Amino acid sequence: MIEIENVHKSYGSLEVIKGVTMQVEKGEVVSIIGGSGSGKSTLLQCINGLEPIQKGHIRVDGIDVHAKGTDLNKLRRKIGIVFQQWNAFPHLNVLENVTLAPRKVLGLSAREANEIAEKHLVHVGLGDKLKVMPSRLSGGQQQRMAIARALAMSPDYMLFDEVTSALDPQLVGEVLDTMRMLSAEGMTMIVVTHEIRFAREVSNRVAFFHKGLIHEIGAPEEVIGAPKKPETIDFLKSVL
Amino acid sequence: MNYTFHWNQALRRLPEMLDGALVTLQVASLAMVIGVAIGVLLAYGRLSSNRVLRTSAAAWVETARNTPALFQIYFFYFGLGSFGLRLDPFMALLAGIAFNNAGYLAETFRGGLQAIPPSQTRAARSLGLSALQTSVHVVLPQMFRIVFYPMTNQMVWSILMSSLGVIVGMTSDLTGVTQELNARTFRTFEFFALAAVLYYAMAKLTILAARLIGWRLFRT
Ligand SMILES: Nc1ncnc2c1ncn2[C@@H]1O[C@H](COP(=O)(O)OP(=O)(O)OP(=O)(O)O)[C@@H](O)[C@H]1O
Ligand SMILES: [Mg+2]
Repeated sequence: MIEIENVHKSYGSLEVIKGVTMQVEKGEVVSIIGGSGSGKSTLLQCINGLEPIQKGHIRVDGIDVHAKGTDLNKLRRKIGIVFQQWNAFPHLNVLENVTLAPRKVLGLSAREANEIAEKHLVHVGLGDKLKVMPSRLSGGQQQRMAIARALAMSPDYMLFDEVTSALDPQLVGEVLDTMRMLSAEGMTMIVVTHEIRFAREVSNRVAFFHKGLIHEIGAPEEVIGAPKKPETIDFLKSVL
Repeated sequence: MNYTFHWNQALRRLPEMLDGALVTLQVASLAMVIGVAIGVLLAYGRLSSNRVLRTSAAAWVETARNTPALFQIYFFYFGLGSFGLRLDPFMALLAGIAFNNAGYLAETFRGGLQAIPPSQTRAARSLGLSALQTSVHVVLPQMFRIVFYPMTNQMVWSILMSSLGVIVGMTSDLTGVTQELNARTFRTFEFFALAAVLYYAMAKLTILAARLIGWRLFRT
């Protein structure tokens, strides 16, 4: 379970998260929607400890992410994250991209790591691209590779940060399909997305972010289907 | 003008000069390896948030880049000598060139590091790689690809710079050997022309070798 409790986060003097509280249960898919600059990406990076917070707590399976003694490298094995910008490691081929962390972090042998990586690459539909360099992949393929790379660490949670935003429209579908598949398999996910229809379809709950605060959170039928706050209504109007 | 060329006499000494060229390559390559290692540390030092690290790295880089290479070699020979630390000519030359290489390479590396998007580091750290693992497996391989050709130039420069060893009594490298032959025979033009051709060949071969290595190493 991920527990986010009254989290405040500033960049310098700019406070971008102003007291956010929410929980994500095992097996749940929670989508975060909201306008540009509302703090969605920042929150995800606080969850896996890439960014420090100034106030509050984030606990993952009971471990306080920002406590002094927390071994972040170890904690991050539990949490896969895929970003909006494609960030394949350009000097490694697809298979090597996926095996790097299992080998160096988990200490698996090359053979074990290759087996796991191949399994996940086949799963995301890249079984025929193992030896290809990432620069030869389309954006959609790169994002699916990034998903496989995260999955190869056998995470308990997956965080997605607008993974389809930088893609050509015709490539969005294949990545969303991969995420649908994961959610169907019971993966616990937090999905930051601008794809409102997708959020409505796959999420157990949807949170609407606005200026560093959650304005509404609840079932998709409520937050997207029947929003109550004027900010939510305005936002949905602007994106639908 | 009654200087007559005696090319045969010079060419007969070619084997000795080639031995000297080998020593030159040895010094230059060693100085390059040491320079790369220290250069990486200096580049990270300059980008560090620690002020002491940042300032000391900057001091090294500034000195190496803004004082004559000749003085840098002098320093390791005579300068350290006056503190009681005597290096032989080979070591002093090696230290001088390595010092110079490290300073120039540090700047090249710093540019290379800055050209790598921070999202690469973020992605690696998110997978659980430590800061050191991220540098070794993700950042540095990409940096070396970016700086590979500037690095090649530094290697050429390193070869040419090593000719300064003669001023601290280096006798075994190409310039040292040439200088000795010249002193014994007074065939100044022939020997130095031959040496120049050999330096030229080493420089060109370095660039050629680097092309081949780069082509083999960097798949895209
Ligand atoms: N590294 C940083 N340094 C300083 N300010 C930052 C940094 N990252 C983000 N910000 C600022 O924090 C605020 C929230 O940014 P964040 O990226 O979390 O928003 P977002 O909700 O993900 O927006 P988008 O939908 O555009 O991705 C913005 O005002 C942004 O400019
Ligand atoms: Mg964002």
